[in-house]
Amino acid sequence: MVKVGDMIAPRKAFGEALVELGKVNPDVLVLDADVGTSTQSSIFREAFPDRFYQVGIAEQNMIGIAAGLATMGFIPFVSTFAVFAARRAADQVAISVAYPNLNVKINGSYGGVPTGKAGATHQAFEDIAIMRAIPNIKVFVPADAVETRQVVFAAAEIDGPVYIRTVRCEVPVIFDEGYKFTVGRAVQLTEGRDVALISTGMMTYKALDAVKALKEKGISARLIHMPSIKPIDEDAIVAAASEIGKIVTIENHSIIGGLGGAVAEVLAERSPAKIRRIGFRDHFGESGDDEKVFSKYGVNTEHIIAAAVEMAAL
Amino acid sequence: MIPHYGKVCLALHLSEQKVEELNRIANEIRRLVLVTVHKAGAGHTGGALSIPELLSVLYFDAMKIDPSRPDWLERDRFILSKGHASVALYAALCLRGYFGRECMCEFDRIDGRLQGHPDMLKTPGVDMSTGSLGQGLSAGIGMAIGRDRRGLDFTVYVLLGDGELQEGQVWEAAMYAGVHRIRKLIAIVDYNQLQLTGWTKDTLDIEPLADKWRAFGWDVLECDGHNVAEISETVEKAKAIESRPVVIIAHTLKGKGVSFIAGSVSWHAKAPTTEELEKAIEELGECEW
Repeated sequence: MVKVGDMIAPRKAFGEALVELGKVNPDVLVLDADVGTSTQSSIFREAFPDRFYQVGIAEQNMIGIAAGLATMGFIPFVSTFAVFAARRAADQVAISVAYPNLNVKINGSYGGVPTGKAGATHQAFEDIAIMRAIPNIKVFVPADAVETRQVVFAAAEIDGPVYIRTVRCEVPVIFDEGYKFTVGRAVQLTEGRDVALISTGMMTYKALDAVKALKEKGISARLIHMPSIKPIDEDAIVAAASEIGKIVTIENHSIIGGLGGAVAEVLAERSPAKIRRIGFRDHFGESGDDEKVFSKYGVNTEHIIAAAVEMAAL
Repeated sequence: MIPHYGKVCLALHLSEQKVEELNRIANEIRRLVLVTVHKAGAGHTGGALSIPELLSVLYFDAMKIDPSRPDWLERDRFILSKGHASVALYAALCLRGYFGRECMCEFDRIDGRLQGHPDMLKTPGVDMSTGSLGQGLSAGIGMAIGRDRRGLDFTVYVLLGDGELQEGQVWEAAMYAGVHRIRKLIAIVDYNQLQLTGWTKDTLDIEPLADKWRAFGWDVLECDGHNVAEISETVEKAKAIESRPVVIIAHTLKGKGVSFIAGSVSWHAKAPTTEELEKAIEELGECEW
């Protein structure tokens, strides 16, 4: 029984959700490119060894095999690090999966900073941007273990490609077990009038901490969690723009093309408003404790608070 | 120029009549390719003209297919991994009855069903979307694994270009299929020796090709890719090998059938003018329609 506040790594929740899904859907298969114990797809291998395919360190071939399996009516979940899914195999994802709209689910694990100190080569700051720009792919970035499970089941219900971003580190559970993820729908976690925070993935728990700190400073913040980056909840963004007019986006990703980019696009076209984007600002990351990397690059709770205070004062 | 290679021992199983029919169809594919590319003003003429005999044998002899049911679950699958030769595949599908001849004018045309590169969502009979080289064999492996999981029985054919073998993904796939002894998976290499900018051997030599495939765990067969009887025999032989994947290295000539296109690098992606088309058709002989 998962409780709010429990510390659970979303990658583990992903592996466990695959097993749960596998029990009810015999067409679910899992493919791994030799990172299964890291992405936790190995939990599925233990449960269903004959439905687990180890392709070796060959992500491009893995995506293609998944595409072929999808033509036979299977629901292949391919799981690797986000950098390899989105960068190394980008063309295979685009042409073998997205273009023919095949029913392949892609898990980009190790999203953003937390990579066990592996550093820049393994830190995906552009995977959301790449996946979001490819037609037919839906992009989901769950916040915690509960939402990760929901997203895995929702992805299996969709007939077409889905990208699911998970993270390595333990993250506090913010949703209770009654929570229901809906494709294309934002979740408003707090109501406020001074500033609107829009966050995605693991950054939502940091944003929740920021909202508490802001309250102590007398600033009331609306916190909108955006688990579905594509399709994105335009109406929630437009409502925040028209009702509050000051928006701060928060992501464990580059501000170019990710959540911040997506929100800015919606604002520019539908409801111009002031916006500040918190995320990686066009540079590679580095090794180090996760929290120290987040802090060094201006992507931590204190930066959310500072940006919100500044915006609220405008 | 077709190079010398180790010839397979052939016990001709095709009747003379069938050989004649398959040759006639290959010739019709060539004419249809030239007319279609001419009308569209675009298309990959050279690489399309090296595969008509291969397509003729597959679509009119070897493959278990039903044009009235392009989605038939138990059909053999064909993946044109060298997707730029799409026009030849469309010609074969058209002649086999997947769609009418009038559809051929949709090639490369806005709103058309026949895209520059094969699109499985738009064209009946296309089993996989391809066009970015190196990707077809991986999808073929997935189809073969899926087939075995479903307990179905069909063969997966993947046609690759020789230049395409320079793509790393091909060898990721070759390694996987060899190690896992993926059965009823037949790769065919259209070894026409030319690629976009020049000779394959000068661009990045793929030799020793047969040794490479063998080292990856494949059975290797070779044939003259313009001799329908030989192709047919080789495909039958490949089908009989149940224990592991098979590659057929088909020795071909890029632009085969038209004197001024054959063996010419400049015809990789060039459409014939009206005058060139007339000359080409004259060389190919009478058109049946």
